[in-house]
Amino acid sequence: MTELAAGLQERAGIDPDLFVRKTADGEARLDLVVAGMHCAGCLRKVEGALKGLDGVTHARANLSTKRVAVRWNPARLRAARIVRALSETGFTAVPFDPKLAGTFDEKETRFLLRSLGVAGFAAANVMLVSVSVWWGLVTDMDETTRAFFHWVSALIALPAVAYAGQPFFRSALKALRSKQMNMDVPIALAVILATTMSLVQTIVNARHVYFDASVTLLFFLLIGRYLDVQARAKACSAAENLLGLRATAATLIAPDGTQRSVAVESLEPGMKVLVAAGARVPADGEIISGLSDIDTSLVTGESTPERVEPGMNVFAGTLNIGAPLTVRVTKRDDESLLSEIVRLMEAAEQGRARYVRIADRAARFYSPAVHVMAAATLALWFALGAHWETALTNAIAVLIITCPCALGLAVPVVQVVATGRLTRQGVLVKAADGLERLAQADTIIFDKTGTLTLGRPQLVNGHEIGNADMGLGAALAAASRHPLALALAAKGKGHAAPKLDDIREVPGMGMEALLGGETVRLGNADFAGAEASAAHGGSELWLKKGGAAPVCFRFEDTVRPGAKEAIAGLKARGFAVELLSGDREPAVRKLAGELGLDEWRAAARPDAKIARLEELAAAGRKVVMIGDGLNDAPALRAAHVSISPADAADVSQTAADFIFQGAKLDPVVETVDVARQSQRLVVQNFALAIGYNMFAVPLAVAGYVTPLVAALAMSSSSIIVIVNSMRLNRKQKAAA
Amino acid sequence: MSILVYLVPAALLLGGLGLAAFMWSLRSGQYDDLEGAAERILYDDDKPESDTPDGTKD
Repeated sequence: MTELAAGLQERAGIDPDLFVRKTADGEARLDLVVAGMHCAGCLRKVEGALKGLDGVTHARANLSTKRVAVRWNPARLRAARIVRALSETGFTAVPFDPKLAGTFDEKETRFLLRSLGVAGFAAANVMLVSVSVWWGLVTDMDETTRAFFHWVSALIALPAVAYAGQPFFRSALKALRSKQMNMDVPIALAVILATTMSLVQTIVNARHVYFDASVTLLFFLLIGRYLDVQARAKACSAAENLLGLRATAATLIAPDGTQRSVAVESLEPGMKVLVAAGARVPADGEIISGLSDIDTSLVTGESTPERVEPGMNVFAGTLNIGAPLTVRVTKRDDESLLSEIVRLMEAAEQGRARYVRIADRAARFYSPAVHVMAAATLALWFALGAHWETALTNAIAVLIITCPCALGLAVPVVQVVATGRLTRQGVLVKAADGLERLAQADTIIFDKTGTLTLGRPQLVNGHEIGNADMGLGAALAAASRHPLALALAAKGKGHAAPKLDDIREVPGMGMEALLGGETVRLGNADFAGAEASAAHGGSELWLKKGGAAPVCFRFEDTVRPGAKEAIAGLKARGFAVELLSGDREPAVRKLAGELGLDEWRAAARPDAKIARLEELAAAGRKVVMIGDGLNDAPALRAAHVSISPADAADVSQTAADFIFQGAKLDPVVETVDVARQSQRLVVQNFALAIGYNMFAVPLAVAGYVTPLVAALAMSSSSIIVIVNSMRLNRKQKAAA
Repeated sequence: MSILVYLVPAALLLGGLGLAAFMWSLRSGQYDDLEGAAERILYDDDKPESDTPDGTKD
């Protein structure tokens, strides 16, 4: 999971003791999220490294959740040693906050699986007996044997229904209590009625019983329910891992000068914190000492790093890319700009009209129809003067036949197949109903920095610069961690590097060194003694060698590979595409021109982005927001559906419905295609299920549905729906 | 047909054993990490692994 790696790097310095729990038998337990664990070799290395430590009693890595659980004897080992052991083997691990675990109900999943086992067992055995009875009915089975078989069925089915039916009974009861209808009401009713009536039939020794129908019904429905819950649990655990990265710690400088790691929430105004180079600023504050550059791109979308010095304010969430800074906290964690953005996000979430999933919408219209039909059948047979038993049998047959077996499978199976296909393409589906919402979208809004562009500057005027200057510039740049320097060093790798002495970094200014006794400098315009050229949209570095005129290196953020093609592809699919950026106008205008985007806005603050989304929503448009920065997070929440790249800010990834990996933008187009295809398949599945009902319901109303017909109809419709959903995989192979 | 009196319970008993085995495997956490289980089979040593993360059979 590469999206974790960046966040993990930033958190490497955190004190893991904050996350250790005590187990009942006095051992310490720690859960860690491990980045880059994806094969048998990795599992082995991770577990091997941990078990090799003195005092560790248990280490078990989970490949599905990318976490490892460690238990050890606290008297013999410190938690920090465990994290170090993992980093020594090449894995970055960070403590996973146990408070975040269990937001998804694991017990419920387990109970569903147990119910599924019971229902499967009962379905197989009741069918075994039922088939004999059906066979016996057409040949000659004596009444005693039939009665015996019916009692055996009852013996299996009654406890099985009582146990495995609980998920449906509970949900139906909950819906009825709040005076609502859901799909589970007719299911529960059909199962209970069919079982009760069959029991009565068994007691009076009648010819037909429906035990097989009620248990196979439960079995198929539980499969659908389990797949649905599983898909949501997976999305949830991915979100938990990302969320875990957000709970950060800060390095506090105590009044006596000692340093220790504390939780960000415990910071109070007036405290002093140390922000190491490459770390994020933990709280809003004022710089006391240190000169550095701050990358604010995640917060404001601004692509050029800002130079900071004592007396200036810095915001939580921004990245310190220069030298260490000492910051005096001015605001508590819950008052910081970062928290402000989170609050804006929550407001957007509440504002977003509660989306009703297609299955639920179908249920709203389907359940009353089923009940009306069953009641009508009962009334009809009474009116025709039939015995109450015949009337009730036929009414129940209608309930069983219309039971939404195929409907229950229609959405979850497609969802599982689509999610699997997207995961193989490097797209993580985080919201269970994301695909459904994406299929409806008609407008796409892109953020600029980090989304359409890579968010990394690249040298653009390399051809204007001589080989000697390039070599010298790259040699100086190689000693710095500034993003511009990194870009220059990467570009100048092939050039001969002169021998430099006494290289040092002047914080907030640039690099300085001696070249054969002559001072050379690489840095900002002031540092190199040059006039900054204002016309240029990107950023610059200047190289000054002795008395010669300074040389300017210009940098610009580069467009993601395939961005132009992806946008053309999206337009071809009927989307209106817009660019909405927090960056300055020249940079945005230039990129919009390059990519052929007519609709663009620059210098948009987070609230302005939301305003634009609301404006579009009011015009009836369904908007996809694609963004990466903290400043996009509220917009990601406010949009109909949202997508983030894997190197986005943690908060944005938490807010987004989909996350795509890799530098290319193609997965966005792929995701849209899969979403639309799966929506088509869902509709087809519904059509199949309804078509089958239109054929079977008249039979049931007329009283021709024997247990055999019910079982055949139900199983065949379920299997057809599953096979149809599998076509989503086949199409991909044809395309590849 | 009286043979059924023995055969049907025998069939149910065998089915019940299967169900019990499933419940046991579920309890001991064998379905917690399906992806990991698929990879662990590639390990060379055949030593059995220990139990659930809490050390308890829940």
